[in-house]
Amino acid sequence: MAKKVALLQGNQACAAGAIYAGAKFFGGYPITPSTEVAEELSNELPKVGGKFIQMEDEIGAMAAVIGASLTGAKSITATSGPGVSLKQELIGYACIAEVPCVIINVMRGGPSTGMPTGPGQSDVMQAMWGTHGDHAAIALVPNSCQEIFSETVRAFNLAEKYRMPVQVLFDEIVGHMRERIVFPEPGELEVIDRQAPGDPPETYKPYDATKGQVPPLASFGSGYKFHVTGLNKAADGFPTTKAEYVDAEERRQIAKVMDNIADIEKNEEYLTEDAEVVIWAYGSTSRSARYAVNELRKEGVKAGLFRPLTLWPFPEKRTAELAKQCKGIVVAEMNLGQMVYEVERVAKGNCTVVHEGRVDGEPINPGQIIAKVKEVL
Amino acid sequence: MAYDYEKSIRPGKLPHIWCPGCGHGIVMKGLIRAMDTCGLDRNNTAIVSGIGCASRLPGYLDACTLHTAHGRAAAFATGVKMAKPEMTVICCGGDGDGTAIGGNHFIHACRRNIDMTYVLMNNFIYGMTGGQFSPCTPTGAKASTTPYGNPDPIFDISKLAIGAGATFVARTTAAHPREIDKLIVQGIQHKGMAIIEVLDDCPTTYGRRNKFRSVVDMMKHLKTNAVPAKAAAKMSAEQLEGKFLTGVLYHDTEKPEYCSQYAEVIKKAQGA
Repeated sequence: MAKKVALLQGNQACAAGAIYAGAKFFGGYPITPSTEVAEELSNELPKVGGKFIQMEDEIGAMAAVIGASLTGAKSITATSGPGVSLKQELIGYACIAEVPCVIINVMRGGPSTGMPTGPGQSDVMQAMWGTHGDHAAIALVPNSCQEIFSETVRAFNLAEKYRMPVQVLFDEIVGHMRERIVFPEPGELEVIDRQAPGDPPETYKPYDATKGQVPPLASFGSGYKFHVTGLNKAADGFPTTKAEYVDAEERRQIAKVMDNIADIEKNEEYLTEDAEVVIWAYGSTSRSARYAVNELRKEGVKAGLFRPLTLWPFPEKRTAELAKQCKGIVVAEMNLGQMVYEVERVAKGNCTVVHEGRVDGEPINPGQIIAKVKEVL
Repeated sequence: MAYDYEKSIRPGKLPHIWCPGCGHGIVMKGLIRAMDTCGLDRNNTAIVSGIGCASRLPGYLDACTLHTAHGRAAAFATGVKMAKPEMTVICCGGDGDGTAIGGNHFIHACRRNIDMTYVLMNNFIYGMTGGQFSPCTPTGAKASTTPYGNPDPIFDISKLAIGAGATFVARTTAAHPREIDKLIVQGIQHKGMAIIEVLDDCPTTYGRRNKFRSVVDMMKHLKTNAVPAKAAAKMSAEQLEGKFLTGVLYHDTEKPEYCSQYAEVIKKAQGA
């Protein structure tokens, strides 16, 4: 049987991916350019018995998402830069309390209100460091409508598997672009559901590290009575200021991500085997970069593309290897320099690292990438 | 025989953090009695709070407890209730938490008329941070950040809740312990947003700055200035000066409850 296909906007593809992943709760607040995610889910969630709520503000939306997730519902919110700024308080809460949830950030220009209808990639450091305190982060950066669908599914999987908030960042260009989507059949993409605790309610501890780096999370209303707090806590979930508990818990929560980079990392490479210059780009910019690689190859320039789909944790290993192999890396991103600093950090001077940025609301075009590559050579 | 509170309190979690003379313990005991009277299944009861002294209450109780971020209790609780409407949801917290930083969540939870009971302990001050003025600190009163007397006017929390659309609003004080559980019971049994405002004392950060020489003085103040709403109806404005009305202040059984409304949305979406 032929697969179902449709012409969908990136934001609609995101909503479809959420439904495929088994989302049962959306809490949000209207903001351009992400609103279609909410509109679509307000229509689709009740059809599958899920719940949609438009909250009074961005913080309330994040709060409702965490509350719903604690009852066992796969939960999602969608917003843009200003909304993510407001949500940071509770993104930190979801980190420390280890509550799975998915946060969609359809990126526009900034800071502040910036350019609501223009694209941007200037929230990528915010995705890692926006909330206060030490924590790990997972952020995914799809570059097409099909990929927004599949990466939204993967975001739910990672959120449930690692018991934490996962952000999906795509710029306004991909969010509002319409492309042909081929809907995967049920079972075609992996869907990970939350692991129920093996312990009976009497002995269950929500942060028991002896159960592994990611202790299972019980659901409220399933016979397990436990305590959840944003304070530093011991294995039983109750607040503590004892140095050894605080230290061990913070380190575990970071290690659960950093020890599993191989599972979380996802990159795509194009003609990097013999590349003398590597263009390091993500999201819509990576599509211009791929075009630039093809043009440069026609001229005999050995150019290649490295495209992370997982931006955080940062793809250190592969970026470092490429830095040793090539003469230069051109980091192209719609900001005035963010991921380029991470690339420089891991390149350790083994190659030239330059930045090609843009913040005027226009996409980065292949021509400007080609010009920058020629500067490096 | 003494009332058995122990069975509702998590083993090893006492002593609580509250200062000697604080009324929060009286409210917690009232809440325990109310939950018992309603026969709540603690496995299906979520108690949600924000940040502050009063927000530490859930940690002591044997239930599904959620101690959230400052001001966010009503919003977290909304997510819990929407996702699992079969759960009983109780919020608790203080005046600063609920009506300053959490004011927006508070009024919108009232507006939606979502089925939960919010026990708001109004002790007129930010206690945990050491006595800064809250939206409920009386005008002219001394707080650590109003050394010359408070220039701010106050929120009347119960009026705020009624104006915002809550359908059961009641007020009592920590000096009326039996009325606390009576009103919480009515709140839990009410299908919709119930606000139970309990006027409370903070001897440590409010009383000592405001000429209350003892906890007993503070309790007497709460007791003598409380006027049952029914009695107030027969009193003049002059007689009511400086008094606060107690008992059930508002009860509406007509306005639809939010989760029931959303259940209708699901029916429509599924073509039923």
